Amino acid sequence: MEVLLLIWEYIRNILTIILGVGGLFFLAVGVVGLYRLPDVYTRLHATTKCDTMGAGLVLLAVAFQSALPEAVKLIIIAGFIWVTNPTAAHVIAKAAWVTGFPPVKKFDHNYLKGESKK
Amino acid sequence: MDYFIENTLTSYSAVIVMALVFLCLGRAIIGPSAPDRVVAINIIGTKTVVIIALISFYYSYHYYLDIAMVYALMAFIATIGVAKYMEKGALE
Repeated sequence: MEVLLLIWEYIRNILTIILGVGGLFFLAVGVVGLYRLPDVYTRLHATTKCDTMGAGLVLLAVAFQSALPEAVKLIIIAGFIWVTNPTAAHVIAKAAWVTGFPPVKKFDHNYLKGESKK
Repeated sequence: MDYFIENTLTSYSAVIVMALVFLCLGRAIIGPSAPDRVVAINIIGTKTVVIIALISFYYSYHYYLDIAMVYALMAFIATIGVAKYMEKGALE
């Protein structure tokens, strides 16, 4: 039993390091995308996904090291971020589109309508 | 390894995320259009939640997690409000 607890401790620490470093990597990639991409929509595409993934991973890494109540709270926060971040991105993209910010690359706006008629 | 995780990894992660927040703030300042700034502010809100969680673990202030939860909600509401204001010109 004690051996199992020791092994669980070891696995937990390794998982914490992997998840934490991975989360930091994803957060940094989101910021790189925020700087290097040319457009509102592409920036949204980069930052939202990377930020949701990175925040979830870091919160999960902290949850692995905490006691049970704190871990449950952290997982609730991660789930809340996973739900709200894509929603916020959708609303921002819709607002930008309605306000009239064009994407960088020109394309036909009605190409989906043409496909649905077939 | 416990010392490494509880002190070194946590504090360095918080500092790195704080540096990323300042980089996002740079995009919010130079962003050519309004939606760019909204995107940057939204990202800053998410990263702040991560920083609060890390600090709560580092100092073992467990009630900071409630603050992180409320902060995530507030950042979401702020983003939705600004986006709706951009879209309709008024908050109804």
